[in-house]
Amino acid sequence: MNPTTTWYLVLAAVLFGLGAIGLMVRRNPLVMFMCIELMLNAVNLSFVAFARSFADIDGQTAVFFVMVVAAAEVVVGLGIIISIMRRRPQATVDDLAELKG
Amino acid sequence: MELFVFICATAMVLVGAIAVIVSPNPVHAALGLVLTLFGIAVHFVAMEAHFLAAVQVIVYAGAVVVLFLFVIMLLGVDRSEDLSIEPMPIQRPLAVVVGGGLSALVIAAVLRVRDTLGSDEVAAAGDTNIRALARNLYSDHVLAFELTSVLLIVAVVGTVVLTRRVRTSEDAS
Repeated sequence: MNPTTTWYLVLAAVLFGLGAIGLMVRRNPLVMFMCIELMLNAVNLSFVAFARSFADIDGQTAVFFVMVVAAAEVVVGLGIIISIMRRRPQATVDDLAELKG
Repeated sequence: MELFVFICATAMVLVGAIAVIVSPNPVHAALGLVLTLFGIAVHFVAMEAHFLAAVQVIVYAGAVVVLFLFVIMLLGVDRSEDLSIEPMPIQRPLAVVVGGGLSALVIAAVLRVRDTLGSDEVAAAGDTNIRALARNLYSDHVLAFELTSVLLIVAVVGTVVLTRRVRTSEDAS
């Protein structure tokens, strides 16, 4: 009994849900970023599963682009977090409700 | 054998994801993220996406997580967060309900259309994975590929501008 595409898609759905829960529960901006990475990886997993299922390499190309965008997003997001945390150490996202920086 | 690999890699993914969510210390959360990313890489290998597995380990588990740890150490936020304090009383149950509902909806959709998914035993393509991927990337998606280079340059420049310390009179004093 080999794992089928359905199994991978179910795993991706569970991982996406876990990332969403973490994003809503945690208040540390860094950990929230990690949860976004979890959700992106869940989508990558389902892309690759579909690429195998339909024997179409386009799915893997999409994963490549998702990885590039995720890397750029992490760089910009961590830059923003650094510039915020430098002014207000120990800030959680609840403290950052206003756009004063 | 494939079933064994699937179960092991799935256990890695789920344990890592739960560790990211529940660990009070951001460093431990980053290590859980590494575990999840390695599990995903194992899944990629099992699905014969060898190039993406390598990129996953190098870029994600290497660069991105090191960047996370670097920022954690730089900011000195590596002390534990008290997770027992709940700022909004119904936030956590509500988050679990919403996240679980999201998963359940997607799983229901997948199970509903499982018959229309392609065959699970796909004949191996003539090209190797990396050659097929390169051919696809540099022919059909070459414009998008060039645009990603613009995106990366914009991201780098934006980050340098964002984190630059502006010299003002109050900084000098």
